[in-house]
Amino acid sequence: MRKQTFWNDPRYRAWFFQALAVLLVGGFFATVIANTVENLNALNVASGFGFLQHTAGFGISQTLIEYSEASTYGRAFLVALLNTLLVAAIGIVFATVLGFLVGIARLSSNWLVAKLATVYIEIFRNIPLLLQILFWYTAVLSNLPAPRVSMQFGPMLLNNRGLYLPAPVSDAGFGYVVLAIIAALVAIVFLRQVSERRRMLTGVGLPLLFPGAGVLFGLPLLVFWLVGSPLHFEAPELRGFNFVGGVRAVPELLALVFALSIYTAAFIAEIVRSGIQAVNWGQSEAALALGLRRPETLRLVVIPQALRVIIPPLTSQFLNLTKNSSLAAALAYPELASVFAGTVLNQTGQAVEVLAITMAVYLSLSLLTSMAMNFYNSRIALVER
Amino acid sequence: MRRHLFMATIAASIVFASAVSATTLEDVKKKGFVQCGVSQGLKGFSSPDDKGGWTGIDVDLCRAIAAAIFGDASSVKFTPLSAKERFTALQSGVIDVLSRNTTWALSRDTALGFDFRGVTYYDGQGFMVRKSAGVKSVRDLNGATVCVLMGTSTSLTLADYFRSNNMKYEPITFEKDDEVVAAYESGRCDAYTTDSSGLYANRLTLKDQQEHIVLPEIISKEPLGAVVRHGDNQWGDIVSWALYATLNAEELGIDSKNVAGMRESENPEIRRLLGTEGKFGEGLGLPDDWAYNIIAKVGNYSEIYERNVGMGSPLGIPRGLNALWTKGGIQYAPPIR
Repeated sequence: MRKQTFWNDPRYRAWFFQALAVLLVGGFFATVIANTVENLNALNVASGFGFLQHTAGFGISQTLIEYSEASTYGRAFLVALLNTLLVAAIGIVFATVLGFLVGIARLSSNWLVAKLATVYIEIFRNIPLLLQILFWYTAVLSNLPAPRVSMQFGPMLLNNRGLYLPAPVSDAGFGYVVLAIIAALVAIVFLRQVSERRRMLTGVGLPLLFPGAGVLFGLPLLVFWLVGSPLHFEAPELRGFNFVGGVRAVPELLALVFALSIYTAAFIAEIVRSGIQAVNWGQSEAALALGLRRPETLRLVVIPQALRVIIPPLTSQFLNLTKNSSLAAALAYPELASVFAGTVLNQTGQAVEVLAITMAVYLSLSLLTSMAMNFYNSRIALVER
Repeated sequence: MRRHLFMATIAASIVFASAVSATTLEDVKKKGFVQCGVSQGLKGFSSPDDKGGWTGIDVDLCRAIAAAIFGDASSVKFTPLSAKERFTALQSGVIDVLSRNTTWALSRDTALGFDFRGVTYYDGQGFMVRKSAGVKSVRDLNGATVCVLMGTSTSLTLADYFRSNNMKYEPITFEKDDEVVAAYESGRCDAYTTDSSGLYANRLTLKDQQEHIVLPEIISKEPLGAVVRHGDNQWGDIVSWALYATLNAEELGIDSKNVAGMRESENPEIRRLLGTEGKFGEGLGLPDDWAYNIIAKVGNYSEIYERNVGMGSPLGIPRGLNALWTKGGIQYAPPIR
């Protein structure tokens, strides 16, 4: 055998090329950073992250945590971040529920239901999202009446300043109700384990749905009644220009949640449909032949196999929804892109730092969502035996 | 998406561009035009017309700069910018001068790396409300929802004013002027605040103009002026003196119609301004008839004011603070000598 030369040895060669790649990438970033610092100095522009401690001086319309004009830019960043998370979380919940319903409806044997679902999907996934956001905001919500002549649905008030609900206020003793809810949840988990064990031994599990629901609702309600209904509602009241008190969703949030969830739900519906259709019909036939009933076939055979097709693209939709929330800059919802990459950037003039932070935040949010979904995916992935 | 993309592009140009070595004047002369940052449409200051041309006070200042350099007021290109985009665009060198109803303030003059070069228009912040709201003064606005433009000194003054008067308010901020006005008109806000000139300009776009009133108080000083990058003093001097030339011309009674005849004048002040005596262009790096070209091609300050925001325009704003110092205002230009 011919002796291999040093530069033909695959081990050394691999090392060489990897070292070269690291050098190139490192060199690229070093040049970019040095160039940026030099340019910023040449422009006499302030740089660094010290500005996060400076006073912001501007107001924000929706703040989930304490914030005033005297707070810092760092605080304004947190407020904006929480607003982004709020709209993303609400949007993801609504989009998922709506998407699953429409996706299943599309497979319905009822002609009308299936066609309605198809029409929904084709309309909403084919209109640009920004247009849909503006539609909900300018065409629907801004045409609502002024606060003095609000529309009233029971305890709910709707006007062009938002949707107002009575705010629940807990009185002394409400802690017991919370404890009862936790106890009920623990009981349900326990019940499930007992049922599972019994099913493994005898083939027949315990009935779960009604006892579970009974414990979940019954126990807290019983405690609630025993400690003397420690909860009252504070209704919003008109004071001066606007309603004060109660829980309020600003129209910008409503428009954004409507548009994001309706748009994303159209995509999720198709994902759900493809997931269900990916499960071979033979699987259902086999399950039915074994004597499983239709709901059981769906729950035990079809859905577990469909989910492994559904979860990965569903994750992408969640990520899209979160990132699309940055379109809110068009309608004054104070989220990250508008408050931080907008107002703060403008006031401090530190575009490079502000945009770097903003990009890092969206990246981290996406990676965290991916991580959570991948974890869930590995939990439910079919274990083949 | 486009907006984010624009900001990202500008930011990227800071990251990747190599350090600029040539002066702005050399750059401008080489490319043959002035790149001027203006608003996306504010009547009287900078607004596009149906033929794709631009009009307004801020636009005329850009034209004056072009006339001073090239002897041709049309050697200028306009970049419409939102309030949010304007500073990054100037920092990164996308534009040569920002003439976009921008308030002169310390942090912008320093930390942002800019120099303000004179005041083209003395403004102050005001409020517009619906007549039906029954509001007579800004003090009545406690608890009100206020529409305001994102990233402006106006939004900061608004916050200061309500905070110092112990009043509550809710700011609704948009990135574009027309979005702010639309939100106010739809009833999303009880009041709309911006520079008072802007209130008059934007009231023209409302459906029922009689329905809305401008409150009497002016709550801030808003000196609006042209902005250049800090450090290039020659370029800054050109921008300042383009404005001063229009003011001096008005003071000396020179306008675009009589300027040719005025060249024969015996008055040494006029002769120095029009370049028939002395070498005053040299220090600016310009031809000696730089001011003559400004006055002949663009006009004096009074002409610029009246045709854009004054009595010759739909806005009809009286000169007020912007009258010459000799006529009860505070517009005052240093002499040319």
